[in-house]
Amino acid sequence: MTAAPARIVVVGASLAGLTAAQRLRERGYAGALTLVGDEPHLPYDRPPLSKQVLRGPYSADTTLPRPPDLAVEFRLGQPATRLDLSERVVELGNSSRLPYDRLLIATGTRARPWPNPEEAALAGVFTLRGRDDAQRLGACLQAKPQRVVLVGGGFIGFEVASTCRDLDIPVTVLVRDAVPLAAALGPRLGGLIGEVARERGVDLRLESEIERMEAENGRLSAVTLKDGARIETDCLVAAIGTLRNVEWLEGSGLEADAKGLRCDAFCRVLRADGRVAEGVFCAGDIARWPNPHDDDALVAVEHWGNARAQAETAAANMLAGDTSAMRRHDHLPDFWSQQFGLTIKLVGLADGADAFAVMHGSLEARRLVAAFGRDGRTIAAASIDSARWLPAYKAAIRERAPFPPITDAVDQPGIRVQEP
Amino acid sequence: MKVVVDLNRCQAYAQCLYAAPGHFALHGKEALVYDPSPDEAARGEIERAVHACPVRAITAFSDAAPKDGETR
Repeated sequence: MTAAPARIVVVGASLAGLTAAQRLRERGYAGALTLVGDEPHLPYDRPPLSKQVLRGPYSADTTLPRPPDLAVEFRLGQPATRLDLSERVVELGNSSRLPYDRLLIATGTRARPWPNPEEAALAGVFTLRGRDDAQRLGACLQAKPQRVVLVGGGFIGFEVASTCRDLDIPVTVLVRDAVPLAAALGPRLGGLIGEVARERGVDLRLESEIERMEAENGRLSAVTLKDGARIETDCLVAAIGTLRNVEWLEGSGLEADAKGLRCDAFCRVLRADGRVAEGVFCAGDIARWPNPHDDDALVAVEHWGNARAQAETAAANMLAGDTSAMRRHDHLPDFWSQQFGLTIKLVGLADGADAFAVMHGSLEARRLVAAFGRDGRTIAAASIDSARWLPAYKAAIRERAPFPPITDAVDQPGIRVQEP
Repeated sequence: MKVVVDLNRCQAYAQCLYAAPGHFALHGKEALVYDPSPDEAARGEIERAVHACPVRAITAFSDAAPKDGETR
């Protein structure tokens, strides 16, 4: 990998793919640059889809801004179907072949479909991932459905529930676990958000699952829960997680499965035998990489911030002459969500925490910064409507500072370490 | 124009609200909502918002298209 690449192909025309293209040009790459996308849209931003786009005041066009001199050839509405590592060629759905010197794989994830295909096909049953999904669901909300049922106790479900309440639409949220958002925020903060949702009129049902759906003329009319309860509804959103877009890599010899596409700390994709696939890099939701902030455990981080940061690292490394000139992807995961008028932010990975402490503010005030610890070390911090305090905790998390961190601030009367 | 805000960076200083009031708003104390696709006529305001942001969280460009080859 010494000669400068003449042809770079990026598969995946979303945030990671576009960011990589921009960084490649900023770093002086002047060769051919092709971005392949399976959707017909130019790269667009997803976070506004579950919030402001559904609410309605602004346009649904969330096309990402890009500099006018990017000089990218877009192949849109065209999924990649096959990768030939030995020929260094990507094949598209229309049988065209794209040769590359460097390849970036950024095909991300898609919404996990509702498991029963007949129910999933009913009018009034939605998933929310792409712009077309948001437009369809937005049209349903504008038509004032009788009730929206959200399945899934994650952030997308709560963001949509929040938007529905802003629009004065009755909402039921079905969460399989005992506490919503617990995987990301821990039970205390997840419980707090659940409480806020209930106050805003959300019918929140915990440890609750759908037994079956009822339909009239192909249109959803009601759901029956496993506990026997029946809810009349004409609009249901299944927000039950994602699937990674790895199928097109089958037979390529790369190590790709439901957990993601395996890459090393330099964003270089690995073959099934563990060797580096020469010239092939990956970034974004699909990438599964050794995270230095989690003892090099292999993780895929499906966050906006990681898509950007990993694409930047991959772009730099694609142009590096050899490994010694490459940089490690040591991004500290960060994340935000907006719901019920609150901004929730998280840095680090709170999953697996054994200690929790409110560092500023209070749960009662619903304005706070909390830190998470594991084995006496600081591993994550979360803020609710206190974004300005949060960056101070990044350094503590990076250093895995003793828990609780930063205990001598003037606004910290007494820190109580408790269970998360 | 096209606008994106890095909401990891955004700390709700609200300077963009003053610079481009029709295109940025707060929902609650800190939750920023913004117009991802403002009219070209708003360019001056949007650019002021980009520069007013203390944490440089806003990116904006005029609608790009001409120089990219957009084959389908």
